Amino acid sequence: MTPDATSGSTSTFDFDTVVVNGVSRAYGRRRALHGVSFGASRGDIIGVLGPNGAGKSTLLGIVSTLLRPTSGTVAYGTSGPADPAAVRSRLGVLGHDLFLYPELTARENLTFFAALYGCAHVAARVDDALARAGLASRADDAAVGFSRGMRQRLALERALIHDPRLVLLDEPFTGLDEASASALLARLRALRADGRIVVLATHDLDLADGLLDKALFLRDGRLLEEVARPERVRAAYKDVLGR
Amino acid sequence: MPKWFTPLALLCGAMLAASPLIIANAPYESQMGLVQKIFYYHMPSAWMFLLGAIVCGVASARFLATGAERHDRTALAAAELTVLFGLLTLVTGPLWARRAWGTFWVWDARVTSSLVGWMISCAYLILRKYGGPGSERLGAAVALFGMANVPFIYLSVNYWRTIHPPTSVVPTLKFSMGFPLMFCVTAFLLFFILLMAMRTRLEESRARLDALYLALDE
Amino acid sequence: MSTQGFGATVLRIVRKDLTVEVRSREVAYTTLFFAVSCLLVFAFALVREGRAPEGAGEGILWATLTFAGTLALGRTFERERQSETLRALLLAPVPRAAVYVGKLVGIVGLLLAVEVVLVPLVTLFFGAPLLKRPLWLAGILVTGTIGFAAVGTLFAAMLVRARSRDVLLPVLLYPVVVPVLIAGVRGTSALVDPVFDVAIARFWLALLFAFDAVFVTLALWTFEPVMSD
Repeated sequence: MTPDATSGSTSTFDFDTVVVNGVSRAYGRRRALHGVSFGASRGDIIGVLGPNGAGKSTLLGIVSTLLRPTSGTVAYGTSGPADPAAVRSRLGVLGHDLFLYPELTARENLTFFAALYGCAHVAARVDDALARAGLASRADDAAVGFSRGMRQRLALERALIHDPRLVLLDEPFTGLDEASASALLARLRALRADGRIVVLATHDLDLADGLLDKALFLRDGRLLEEVARPERVRAAYKDVLGR
Repeated sequence: MPKWFTPLALLCGAMLAASPLIIANAPYESQMGLVQKIFYYHMPSAWMFLLGAIVCGVASARFLATGAERHDRTALAAAELTVLFGLLTLVTGPLWARRAWGTFWVWDARVTSSLVGWMISCAYLILRKYGGPGSERLGAAVALFGMANVPFIYLSVNYWRTIHPPTSVVPTLKFSMGFPLMFCVTAFLLFFILLMAMRTRLEESRARLDALYLALDE
Repeated sequence: MSTQGFGATVLRIVRKDLTVEVRSREVAYTTLFFAVSCLLVFAFALVREGRAPEGAGEGILWATLTFAGTLALGRTFERERQSETLRALLLAPVPRAAVYVGKLVGIVGLLLAVEVVLVPLVTLFFGAPLLKRPLWLAGILVTGTIGFAAVGTLFAAMLVRARSRDVLLPVLLYPVVVPVLIAGVRGTSALVDPVFDVAIARFWLALLFAFDAVFVTLALWTFEPVMSD
């Protein structure tokens, strides 16, 4: 089941790697990102770490096609620049603001986005997603009444409903209690096992222990270091950013 | 500044300085006397106002199509000149109208259209100044809409009372009235071009300064 | 992009907006109430000795629509801004122009609903026989509303992330929709006239049609470049 909203036929666009090459983003005189480069392949979980203002959200914004880089490129796969709509059909984004309509029920939110992304068998998918989020019993309640954790789970399912190849998460652990956080970790590991590419920006260094295949440490828009499979992320963070 | 700037500036300055003399020597218009001579500043201002609006609209369209920043700089400079010359037109017009039609303001087609067009260019500048980052593109859309609107504004306002003298007054002017007009139009056009050159250069310098700050940040 | 994708997207967005609105009814009620308050303000401003000035009804109708419409536009996009759902729509693999048309249809629907209430009220309060020629009136109201909303939706969408967006929307919008306002008032006036001049009414209707065609097209072209960051 591959989604395509535009022509109703199945899309054949897919990719195995994402290569970010020398991406910079400037706002007037201020540079938010300086020539950041990294690569990711299927089954990778990449962590983008750094203090506030480091440029994490900007980087994620560029990779998710919401922002345009001032210079540099992002390549999805190796077959040259693709149709932007096709690229977007394979991206799943969980932003800071969750992208949920508070007046709609959980089911309606998921159904709307599933239809928008051209998924087949929408009702079945939505039911599966609700079950995975543990919201099956609250499916027909308006999202405005949900707790932060519930909304986060719903937003995550919304981001994943169309089986995206590349999943981008901006501060997904914010406001989650322990149970929800471990559920999210389990979900991310399942995504990795499923061959997706996950890029997440987070402050929660402890939660990232043992999760990341690669950790990118950013400060002031610069990529300080790329650390493979960090076991003790907090220590690595202190180390890299303390220099 | 490019080489042609200074000699042209001197020429323009000389023409503008000479214009009162030339205007004073033009024949008196029988019905309105001295006040009619405002016309020699009013018409060129109006034409420069229109020229500015067109330049702004075209540059905005090109900016939206290509994303090249120099079009945006041109659009901004042209918008400022549109506001400037528009203001001149809207002030000199009523001064003449008072004598010609007995009232400072009339809601006739061309006057009202000019006012609306002027307000659109003012709105453009307000957006550029207060809209925050990213207002270059927004402004370009507004300018494009403004330019596309010109025939509609004119047509819709046209069904109001129209007591504006028809434009054909220019060709039928005697040479002694036509020469001062052309002189002033040339002077104003030179002024427009010089101001555009200076203003775009200012924006270019600003952009270069920003680029230097960015490079410093490396 | 195939037309099927475009139309389907528009329909989904409209249905979603309708569902959201029906649940909360916030924008509909507040806009409606605001419009009626406007009428009150105009009444106290203009009515002398219990009678409104001749021909004031049409002007009051369109002025109120302009103000209420601006409010509705602001509120609709403020709601999108709060959950960043506009960004979610831009992230979806749908033609972006379809997002514009979807929002446009929603706004036009809302404003038409407000007009259904306003027209009888203006007739009542200001003694203007607006309902004398209902089909013509409907034509002028629909084309005028589309023209206003076409420009308004684009401007409101592009201002979603600008500073001072609340005041910038009317500042930018009003001068540009002047032809709609003029055509609307004059067109409605022609209908109210005891001597109905079909040619005049037809002229204004044609002007509104042309305005709609030009500006919806322009908006479709500029929506994508203006919304990409």
